[in-house]
Amino acid sequence: MMLTIIIFGLLLCGGFAWFMEGIKQHSARWIALGSFIAFALFFAFSLINNPQSFNELQLFVRIPWISIFNIEYALALDHLSITLIILTFFLAIICVLVSWQEIQDKCGFYYFNLLASIAGIIGVFCAVDLFLFFFFWEVMLLPMTAIIAIWGHENRHFAAIKFFIFTQVSSLLMLVAIIATAYFHAHQTGSLSFYYQDWLQLDIPLHLASYLMLGFFIAFAVKLPSVPVHSWLPDAHTQAPTAGSVLLAGVLLKTGAYGLIRFVIFLFPQASQNFAPIAGVLAVVSILYGAKMAFAQTDFKRLVAYSSISHMGFVMLALFAFNTVAYQGAIVTMVAHGLSSAALFSLAGMVYNRIHSRSLNDMGGFWQSAPRMGGFALAFAGAAFGLPGLANFIGEFMSLVGAYPRYPILVILAAFGLIGSAIYGMVLFQTSFQGSATQNIADLSMRELMISGSLLLLLLIIGLYPNLLLQYSMGASSL
Amino acid sequence: MTHIPLEHVLFLSCILFSIGFVGVISRKNTLFMLMSLEVMLNAVGVAFIGAGSAWRQADGQVMFILILTLAAAEVAVGLALFIRMQRRYRSLDIDELNEMRG
Amino acid sequence: MSTTMLAALPFYPLVSFLLLITLAKRLSWQQASLLSVGAMALSALSSGILVYQLSQSDTHVLTVHLWSWFSLKNSTGIADVNFAFYLDALSSVMICVVTGIGFLIHLFAAVYMKNDENFSRFMAYMNLFIVAMLILVLADNLVLLYLGWEGVGLCSFLLIGFWYQEKDNVLAARKAFIVTRIGDTAMAIGLFMLFKSLGQLNIVDVTQAAQASWQVGSNDAYWIALLLLGGAVGKSAQLPLQTWLPDAMAGPTPVSALIHAATMVTAGVYLIARMHGVFLLAPEVMQYVAWVGASTLLLAGVAALVQTDIKRVLAYSTMSQIGYMMLALGAGAWSAGVFHLMTHAFFKALLFLTAGSVILALHHQQNLFKMGGLLKKLPVESTLFIIGLICLMALPGTSGFFSKEAIIAQLWSSPTAGQSLWWCAILGALLTSIYSCRLFFLAFLGGQRFDTKLHIEKSKLLRISLIALAILSLLGGLISLDLQAVFTAIPTPVSTVNEPHWLHTVAIITPFIGIAFSWFYFARYRVNDGAEIKASQSKLSQFLRSGLGFDTLYQWLLIKPYCFIAQFNRRDIVDQVIMLNAWYVRLWHDTLSTSQNGSLRWYAAAFGLAIVCLVGVVTL
Repeated sequence: MMLTIIIFGLLLCGGFAWFMEGIKQHSARWIALGSFIAFALFFAFSLINNPQSFNELQLFVRIPWISIFNIEYALALDHLSITLIILTFFLAIICVLVSWQEIQDKCGFYYFNLLASIAGIIGVFCAVDLFLFFFFWEVMLLPMTAIIAIWGHENRHFAAIKFFIFTQVSSLLMLVAIIATAYFHAHQTGSLSFYYQDWLQLDIPLHLASYLMLGFFIAFAVKLPSVPVHSWLPDAHTQAPTAGSVLLAGVLLKTGAYGLIRFVIFLFPQASQNFAPIAGVLAVVSILYGAKMAFAQTDFKRLVAYSSISHMGFVMLALFAFNTVAYQGAIVTMVAHGLSSAALFSLAGMVYNRIHSRSLNDMGGFWQSAPRMGGFALAFAGAAFGLPGLANFIGEFMSLVGAYPRYPILVILAAFGLIGSAIYGMVLFQTSFQGSATQNIADLSMRELMISGSLLLLLLIIGLYPNLLLQYSMGASSL
Repeated sequence: MTHIPLEHVLFLSCILFSIGFVGVISRKNTLFMLMSLEVMLNAVGVAFIGAGSAWRQADGQVMFILILTLAAAEVAVGLALFIRMQRRYRSLDIDELNEMRG
Repeated sequence: MSTTMLAALPFYPLVSFLLLITLAKRLSWQQASLLSVGAMALSALSSGILVYQLSQSDTHVLTVHLWSWFSLKNSTGIADVNFAFYLDALSSVMICVVTGIGFLIHLFAAVYMKNDENFSRFMAYMNLFIVAMLILVLADNLVLLYLGWEGVGLCSFLLIGFWYQEKDNVLAARKAFIVTRIGDTAMAIGLFMLFKSLGQLNIVDVTQAAQASWQVGSNDAYWIALLLLGGAVGKSAQLPLQTWLPDAMAGPTPVSALIHAATMVTAGVYLIARMHGVFLLAPEVMQYVAWVGASTLLLAGVAALVQTDIKRVLAYSTMSQIGYMMLALGAGAWSAGVFHLMTHAFFKALLFLTAGSVILALHHQQNLFKMGGLLKKLPVESTLFIIGLICLMALPGTSGFFSKEAIIAQLWSSPTAGQSLWWCAILGALLTSIYSCRLFFLAFLGGQRFDTKLHIEKSKLLRISLIALAILSLLGGLISLDLQAVFTAIPTPVSTVNEPHWLHTVAIITPFIGIAFSWFYFARYRVNDGAEIKASQSKLSQFLRSGLGFDTLYQWLLIKPYCFIAQFNRRDIVDQVIMLNAWYVRLWHDTLSTSQNGSLRWYAAAFGLAIVCLVGVVTL
């Protein structure tokens, strides 16, 4: 019940914000901020009353929905979902703060889209009926496309359409796989079912399981994103408004990883094991290719977008290593990357607001006039290349240590990604903040300081005490 | 009366129909298009007369009267439309009407 | 009591760093320097007390656990990686060097950088560096060591590029960071292999497990030791990752003294000494260590002979001396290597700081060929510089003499070093004395080649650090380091070859041969006869001056290809392939839309064609 309240409550608040903006200007952003904080606290409070959901998948609601096809409305939580939902709420608040001054027209509709997208994402993280999961999957995409298409930068229509078509084609494959599995369930047990726990009991022959797994895998590989289906990401990130990029990089990419864990690996273990070497190779290619492409970019946001591709490669490598240490590393990398990418995109937005350009050629020597921004930029660039003390190092280190016994050559190649990330991280920081000052920019305002400060603080806390995230996953992962 | 084979009538009809059809396609002036359309309708009428005569029924003649009526009504509406067109586009060239494209 | 003191040791400079960063512009010079130098004084004092308490204790080992960092599940259970410190004889030497020399250099820097507008930021970075270095040497597990390792790399980056408005400094900082990153990656791969093989990352446990499960010369030991060597080579600027150190001289002189002479570049030496248990199980890798040390020793010595910038001479000299330390470790002379680390820190810091005073006095002039005749004008600095140089040359009685002789004595009969390496060391000592004399003659003797008025620093504080360092350099040889507990726990194989009796004599007289040679060869530098002296521009000199062409080699081998591939594929060929789909669809769109041209006759013709086709299909 609690989850239903949160999801539909967010949608209602979105509608309310849209409506109120027409009556009183600037009320939408306050309503959005207030609703996120309120629902986040509500979520935390409910969790304290339900502590067993940290250990295993705890069902919260299960009611029949479309009874002809045995589709139910079923929501559940476990430690993975909880971690990602907390990340989502935190980044949602950051999104509102980032768009505070940036969005000036059609504000009501904008905040409606933001709230709707967050509602969809939370639904994705807790749905355990596959049709419901697909429903929320689509729900989270549409507002995102609208955000890019309406409030984006100069090439926004192209980027929004590319983003939409890419994800829709891959979702189509996933839908086929979902329906096929449901029918297989009917074939094996006599009744159609879309329920996750029922599917876990299925015994699918290997050749069929491989195709079904592939259908799911392609959808999540596009979302992750993994080379070779990554090319929607740079355009979408570059053209989206700052909050759009923050949400896209921080949370939407994690839905891909979440799907890989929850559906690909747990539902089709044998098929995943067989596919793992290929997935590992794709992951390493993502890491190295992403790093190389990032180095070549002259657009600030495009560089950070390619760095996201590189980091998510570590997640995929870790997940297909079938190892507890690597799995924990993947979780930490997901959270750490969510925070650090969000931070870098917020920074890009702050710079864009000042000089109206994303091109690195227009930047230089900003430390002179904005030392605090420079300090944060250095810290976040450090997070990007895995500086120990910040959370990304823990994630990358545990992923590689865990994956090494199974794929030594791949891990050695992935380690070269560490050098690549240092190269593009340094190029990003030094080109924009060091060198001779080309222009003076204003330093961080109080709102921007809050955004950057909170993100850095979380990165430091997780980097120095990751057991906050990991204590529940020690025994839970039976990989 | 010498018996005219049905095939000859149908050949005549086809030839007239094609002449009319080619005329519709190749003439740019709308009035000539209407005239060619008339030729096509008459060709169809000849076919019906021939068929009625071959089957020794009066239905062929009845159809021809229907066609004539149809032709008259159609020409009336068509001419009205073309007069509007001439007022609007200042010419009777059918190629001037090409705004519904994509 | 002592555990809390140990736990708090890195936190004094950390608190100072945080205060300096947040309050940067609001602090006056006095407040900022009191904060930073005071924190260093506290650390140095604590180190001293801790070392004393350690020597009085029974176990000669002190550990303290701060908090649990993370845990790794291995095949037998769970391996904890904690924020925990481990103090034994080796780390106590290191903390004394780091905090003691660090304190003196901070004191110097507080006066040297007084007029810089970003003074607080500078002292903050220096303090952060000390924090990272202390964590590095006190870490009880390899991951925490890696944290300190990367931390010093970051601080080195920040300090080299401190005057970031100059493009050259920015590039030098980037180069330093990326080259050391390559070494760090090798070390990280070594850590992965280590965890897979032994399931442990705690240093003491790793050493025990390695001794228990690996044979001498086993594959695991070989590769892991080799990768750890890779990491050490990057941080210590040895072959083949040495190219960053000369360019790092772009930073302020106190930075060069602290980081690139006394502490950070010795981190590699510390790593190998700390992991000697693993290295002893891989004798071939120890040979590599010795050869890396020897070749860097000679390469850097030769390069130092033709440099024109005073700081670059000292940089190559540092590279060369660390080569000595590596040579010692490779030969199994662990204590000697660490002893040389300590004495080198004393006299190299002295040399750099004195050079800094000289540079300041000449209004930031660093070119040797624009100095000269400073012996009379700057007598105190000259004397201090001479003291530093005689320690560098290892003339008898100085601290450098004791440490270098300790190393050279163990080379001949070491199973992993041997006679050829002994001769390399002797040749290196010869080169050291030659370039030292050249440096001294060019800068301090001969005629005056500068025409600016000398800026005499009035502050006495500068002199205090220098004099303290000079005393340490001269008398440091008398400090006896008792590293027995650390290094004899695992015995180092010693060969029983009979050594020739002339070994010691040759080793002692080598520097004097070098001085005599320089006296005559560089005579024109030291006499004041008004003749013009210019740096040699011959092809050979330029080649040697550039560090034997390694920069150019790496440029053509690695940098240019990577940049080319990156630029060539800027538009992402994978994206282009996927956009082919869009192009294909658009092609169909354009083709089909020509049939929607709005022409009535066209549509009529299409009707006719369709009917003909249909009728044809039906009848056939």
